[in-house]
Amino acid sequence: MTDWSTKYEMVVGLEVHVQLKTRSKAFCGCSTDFGAPPNVNTCPVCLALPGALPAVNAEAVRLAVRAAIALEFTINHTSVFARKNYFYPDLPKGYQISQFDQPVAVHGTLHARIPGEAKLRDIAITRLHMEEDAGKSIHDRYPHMTAIDLNRAGVPLIEIVSEPDMRSPAEAGAYLRTLKQLLEYAEISDVSMEEGSLRVDANVSARLHGAAKLGTKTEVKNVNSFSAVEKSLQAEFDRQCALLESGDSVEQMTMIWDATTGTVRPARSKEESHDYRYFPEPDLPPLILDEDYVTRVRKGIPELPQQLRERFTSEFGLSDAELDAVTDDPQTAMYFEGVAHAHGDAKHAAKWVMGEVAAALNESGTKIRGFAVRAHQLAELLDMIRDGKLSHTAAKAVFATMLASGKSAPVVVAELGVTQVGDDAQLEAWIQEAFADLPDETARFRAGEKKLTGVLVGAVMKKSKGRADPKKVNALLGKYSK
Amino acid sequence: MENIIDNVSEAVDRATDPKVGSGGLNIIIATNREASLSAAEQVSVAYGGGDTMALAGVPIVVKDNIATFDMPTTCGSRILAAYTSPYEATAITRLRAAGAVVVAKSNMDEFAMGSSTETSAYGMTRNPLDPERSPGGSSGGSAAAVAAGITRVALGTETGGSVRQPAAFCGVVGVKPTYGRVSRFGLVAFGSSLDQIGVFARTVREAAAVTYAMAGADQYDSTSADVPVPVAPAEIEAHRGKTLNGVTIGIPSEYFPESLDAPMRARCDAAIEALRGLGAKIVDVSLPHTSLAVPVYYVIAPAEASSNLARFDGVRYGPRAADSIDLREMYENTRTRGFGDEVKRRILIGTYVLSHGYYDAYYRKAQAVRALISRDFDKVFASGVDALFTPTTPTPAFKLGAVTDPYEMYMSDIFTATANLAGVPAISIPIGRVEGLPVGGQFITSHFDEPRMFQVAAALEATLGDEAHS
Repeated sequence: MTDWSTKYEMVVGLEVHVQLKTRSKAFCGCSTDFGAPPNVNTCPVCLALPGALPAVNAEAVRLAVRAAIALEFTINHTSVFARKNYFYPDLPKGYQISQFDQPVAVHGTLHARIPGEAKLRDIAITRLHMEEDAGKSIHDRYPHMTAIDLNRAGVPLIEIVSEPDMRSPAEAGAYLRTLKQLLEYAEISDVSMEEGSLRVDANVSARLHGAAKLGTKTEVKNVNSFSAVEKSLQAEFDRQCALLESGDSVEQMTMIWDATTGTVRPARSKEESHDYRYFPEPDLPPLILDEDYVTRVRKGIPELPQQLRERFTSEFGLSDAELDAVTDDPQTAMYFEGVAHAHGDAKHAAKWVMGEVAAALNESGTKIRGFAVRAHQLAELLDMIRDGKLSHTAAKAVFATMLASGKSAPVVVAELGVTQVGDDAQLEAWIQEAFADLPDETARFRAGEKKLTGVLVGAVMKKSKGRADPKKVNALLGKYSK
Repeated sequence: MENIIDNVSEAVDRATDPKVGSGGLNIIIATNREASLSAAEQVSVAYGGGDTMALAGVPIVVKDNIATFDMPTTCGSRILAAYTSPYEATAITRLRAAGAVVVAKSNMDEFAMGSSTETSAYGMTRNPLDPERSPGGSSGGSAAAVAAGITRVALGTETGGSVRQPAAFCGVVGVKPTYGRVSRFGLVAFGSSLDQIGVFARTVREAAAVTYAMAGADQYDSTSADVPVPVAPAEIEAHRGKTLNGVTIGIPSEYFPESLDAPMRARCDAAIEALRGLGAKIVDVSLPHTSLAVPVYYVIAPAEASSNLARFDGVRYGPRAADSIDLREMYENTRTRGFGDEVKRRILIGTYVLSHGYYDAYYRKAQAVRALISRDFDKVFASGVDALFTPTTPTPAFKLGAVTDPYEMYMSDIFTATANLAGVPAISIPIGRVEGLPVGGQFITSHFDEPRMFQVAAALEATLGDEAHS
């Protein structure tokens, strides 16, 4: 594959649809539960029965404003709902209630964290508007028929449209990951791409480095993960560069990402150019968001990732890598903070949260919420390590048992009989046994070959079935060497 | 309380009389005797139990674009053939709570698009006063129901005059409340920013009672207004026949053009003299943007309609053209077969004026002019005028089939569309006849000033007496 990046510059803008975490839909009282049987969460309003009218869900407005505040937007004190008209079977009214020329907020900024870069990258966001979701068309359920599930119809969304401010797949990925994290911390959305509560359309174009004018963009759809976004952008960029290089021009169109082949292809039928005939929604008065209201919403925003990082830095002195790991999502951060406070040694806590805890979650494919070893229980285990009651090796075994049984560290330690041994006489006895087993190494050690200390400590640990306190063994061995 | 049930039963008898059915005047398109009698029994029990009900046992005919769950709601359209709503309009719920009993659904221009009740998929309605003539529209069925004596009150709906114009044609009282006074929830939308449920009645007092019974803020309609509802048919009663001393009534010159027929003008002049005789101060006023109302109306209403009627797509309810080969064809066939010509015409107009490149020239411009029309009213009312008096229509009821040019038909809204565009309340009452045909006089007041509107209308009604119908 040719590397075009030396000649051409990639320009990316992202449109992100985020489902707001409300109990009821945007314009009616129906539940937003994911996974209910088809068409159960519907009513005259979201079915668009004749005569039904929308009424705005105040909670959806609150979450949209919260997002606008978290993303440093200028909030429009008057915004207007608009109808976006088009026909589709899963769009019951024949129009989507959205916002057009007067959205909730304009001119936001996201401080994207790019892996390996200390400095945050500021990415400009054009607008944030509220709208409702459509239902789902299911084409593969019944032969020659399309099934319609309107449970999702009317679920509240915000659309966050960035400026074409990103220059690489990595930057786009960083934007998305930072955005997701922010929305999760602010409790605005579940931000699950699998459940569709976060959806990404990427606009990408290529131009010669230094060119002032943007190239013709295409829109890449059907991307189901952040890494797919990155891969699809690269694939589409490469396709565009190859076209430009051969003297062809890029045609504005929609490209579909195929994850199995790792390629993009044009959308099957060329999308008809839609005239959505936007006009102000006459069924809803303008949305008035006065300064008092915005202030109240602002006060309700939980601690956001950047604030948390700053606090963890000053409170715990964590490194960037440690911060990345323990603040990845708010539940992990809360868990870490619980362990760190109960245990006292934040670095030690971070090491375990990043190590054993992350590995266990990874293996079970679960989230930290509901993790079998509660924060105070892990702290208790870490206390025992610090106090010399448990070797690191034994601690891992204890942790595994705690995870499986839900029992506390002292109980598991007693049951397994793995309490660390610091008694000089017992340690001395194990040392002598180790000397006997390794006469050659022992002789060289006694002659002054200090690098063999590790081997001998290992042998002692083996003799003690891991219960010997390695620090003490180390100290005791010292007197045998020249 | 037997008489409640008897009254309702007799009203159902009248509504099911073949003379008002499809073979006759074609006023009524649905009844449900069992449901109506059962509702009457419930009211009878509650009323006997001491509930105070403003409309205990009052039989009412409802226009077919207002959702009721015991009779179909078809909007006079094939595309909603046999459709029955699983929920009821807020207005209906409130009227039922006040003791009213729905006895029939009335014929109407398809989706309320028309001024003659000739565009209904169920055939045209005839004017009970002269079956060769139109009852007006689009609420012609409800106007005719009251004129024919099926019930004393009926519900219609207005977008550009669809209650007042047929009220004038049929010689009954017709009310369009302030936009926002009555919830639109359950009123099948035509022009959402203009639509309002209205009332037909034999008398102003009855019209007021029904208007107030269904008025008030509704959480299901964000455009309904949280404005206190006047309590007061008693207040109306107090004004009956009393003087209008201290009341200023404006006569807008734009509503009395040179072209207005002399007999119409004479009827209006007589009414104005009667008002003067009651002690009202009569002043000449001007609403300079009046002539722009019809063009503005015929941009805004179709624009909203083109979007509102998108839901009739054959996917969830109504007949579907199942013989189509793909989705697009299904949409086309369903809507081609389901909608009549006038509805199609307005969907096309509306789609056009909202289209990219035309929006500014039509829709945006129309909204700007609408604001001017609104301001005309604001200025006049701010100048000390309490109510405006005008003819309701330029002519009495025309013959069925006589108006074939859509533009000519649209012009029959010329004196009524202004109130819808400005959102102000208006009432039409009979003020006499020309060649045996009723003539309507219109009062318009400022936003939420229905009390004043009913006061002046009731005073004129009482003074004119039998003269209003001769």
